Amino acid sequence: MSESINTQKEVPELGFWRDPAKRAWVWQGLVIAALALLIYIVVDNTVTNMAARGLASGFGFLNTSSGFGIITHPFVDYAETSDYFTVFLVGLVNTLMVAIIGCILALALGFVVGIARLSSNWLVRKVATFYVELFRNLPLLLQILFWYGAVLKPLPGPRELHTAGDSVFFSVNNRGVIFAEPITGDGFEMVWYAFFAAIVLTLIVRYFARIRQMRTGAQFPVFLTGLGLIIGLPLIAFFAAGSPLSFAPAEMSRFALSGGVTIIPELVALLFALVIYTAAFIAEIVRAGIQAVSHGQTEAASALGIKPNHRMRLVVVPQAMRVIVPPLTSQFLNLTKNSSLATAIAYPDLFAVFAGTTLNQTGQAVEIMAMTLGVYLTLSLLTSGFMNWYNSRIKLVER
Amino acid sequence: MHNFKSIATAAAIAGSLAATGVASADETLDAVKGNGSIQCGVSQGLPGFSNPDDEGNWTGIDVDFCRAMAAAVFGDPEAVKFTPLSAKVRFTALTSGEIDVLARNTTWTMSRDSDFGEFVGVNYYDGQGFMVPKSLGVASATELSGAAVCTNTGTTTELNVADYFRAQGMDYTVVAFEKADEVVAAYDAGRCDVYTTDRSGLAAQRTKLSAPDDHMVLPEIISKEPLGPLVRHGDAQWGDIARWTLNCMINAEEMGVSSENVEDMKGSDDPGIQRLLGVDGDLGSKIGLDNGFCANIVAAVGNYAESYNRNVGPDTPLQLDRGLNALWSDGGVLYAAPMR
Repeated sequence: MSESINTQKEVPELGFWRDPAKRAWVWQGLVIAALALLIYIVVDNTVTNMAARGLASGFGFLNTSSGFGIITHPFVDYAETSDYFTVFLVGLVNTLMVAIIGCILALALGFVVGIARLSSNWLVRKVATFYVELFRNLPLLLQILFWYGAVLKPLPGPRELHTAGDSVFFSVNNRGVIFAEPITGDGFEMVWYAFFAAIVLTLIVRYFARIRQMRTGAQFPVFLTGLGLIIGLPLIAFFAAGSPLSFAPAEMSRFALSGGVTIIPELVALLFALVIYTAAFIAEIVRAGIQAVSHGQTEAASALGIKPNHRMRLVVVPQAMRVIVPPLTSQFLNLTKNSSLATAIAYPDLFAVFAGTTLNQTGQAVEIMAMTLGVYLTLSLLTSGFMNWYNSRIKLVER
Repeated sequence: MHNFKSIATAAAIAGSLAATGVASADETLDAVKGNGSIQCGVSQGLPGFSNPDDEGNWTGIDVDFCRAMAAAVFGDPEAVKFTPLSAKVRFTALTSGEIDVLARNTTWTMSRDSDFGEFVGVNYYDGQGFMVPKSLGVASATELSGAAVCTNTGTTTELNVADYFRAQGMDYTVVAFEKADEVVAAYDAGRCDVYTTDRSGLAAQRTKLSAPDDHMVLPEIISKEPLGPLVRHGDAQWGDIARWTLNCMINAEEMGVSSENVEDMKGSDDPGIQRLLGVDGDLGSKIGLDNGFCANIVAAVGNYAESYNRNVGPDTPLQLDRGLNALWSDGGVLYAAPMR
């Protein structure tokens, strides 16, 4: 019996082309070689052609001084004598500012409109629908130019509002929103300490409130307590330190207000357009996300006696987030990239001052475009990395 | 099997990239003749220099220069295609080969001459000035400290205004737009107190304001702005064609040859005129053209004075006197090298 089983023949040695695993390696190798060749040809072609046309290359231009003025450069010390790398930083900060403020505001507005789209109130529902259908169907560039005109045209000029020599604490005119510059005195750091202490305290309160709720079911008003702490503590610290804050007003010169803090109308118009446009898309995403949660969930929550606003906040929205977050990421990415349309209205974002003016002054097209592309790519990858992390945190935990 | 496909695709792309290469340096004339027309880069609309009229035909002294080149190469002033370019992208369009010649009221500077192309001469001597609303009550640019200034990005204007205010120790805010029309609209809306560009540009853009008479040009001229056409580096022959097209128009004015009398002038006994019009000598063939190229230019476009008066002169909305742009013999600085 044992003899008859043991009749396995020797397997003949197979050529590597008959082994799928080895074959795959060969193909992969060939593809990589072809890709490397392609990249080599592209780079070589570029370098040869640039040399043939006498175009300089390299990043040395970043150290030469720019010689032009930029209308606004928050957080970056810039003058005409600064180098092109500083121009790059100014553009980067201006782009980041629009992107971050824009994403936050668009999310807030989009959520409100998205929920309003599902309101049981006929008027609210129709107004929200009208908003969505109007703004998401108009080209963004048109909206930017519209808001720029709408912000700029009706506003009075500074000379119509103030006379030379006036000290002005707050003014809205066609040069922007101008307010007095807050100047912190000695002891103001106490306010910051109090602020951070309040945040830590709120987190502690929240932790113990949760433990108590788990154990006894009794709830604690964490939100109101936290709000009180975060506003109250810094306020107490502020007065305890003897109000170390003063305001330096803007002075009216012969033409316009100088000094103070100016929010230029270009930024206002750009934010208006980007936020309103993107929020229309986010509203639809939020509406779809909420409607994706089975109505049974709402009914079950009602049956358990959960209050209507808690029902939305604790039962429906957390489940809707799973559907909302992935397309929301795309909208954030869109908003960031669309901010490059700022170039149409003289807002000095990265695309305008670096990929535009600097490119024109230096002619280093390859280097400047590579840096600009790198920035937008990095911003986009960071955004989607963060949103993917958040998405995996909130996804349905299955047991 | 999809592996095969991707390799084939990659190889195809690589092959096509290798094949395209650069249309190498001194072949612009052949390439232009092959295309049947010259690709000319112009502005997006600057009255007097390059601006489409009501019927969509381009007019202006920069446009005339390109038509003159077409007349020199093809004997036909219509054998030219115009590409409107913003100040920002104009040089990239030239260096990348999208256009053959850039005639876009471009200031000749040393860095531009070395970085972007070869300037072939000056077809308009200009200087930068300031325009302000009369209601501002300003009489001189030295009073402009603290003012907001509207201008174009990517221009020498933007750099000059920075230099000027720094040199004077005055504060300013610059609002820089990409298109000239946007600058005019913003200035008209009161976004800035001052509009600065070349004085010819101020004269041209002023016609677009809602109330042109409420604005005035300040007396200061803060820069030298020799505006001229340029071609790509590395093609000496094409550069010569552009240079002698311009010189032909100026020399024709100096010798009294115009579009009206050019046929009669061919019979002139003056040896200078005979060489200019190609009746005698072989000047045209030295640069790869017909010997009568200059006669073709003058017959089709006219001499410099005709082009000037038709586009920017006193009888046009721009109302610019010849000033610096008069012939050297008339008190200007227009001085073309002799054609011999």
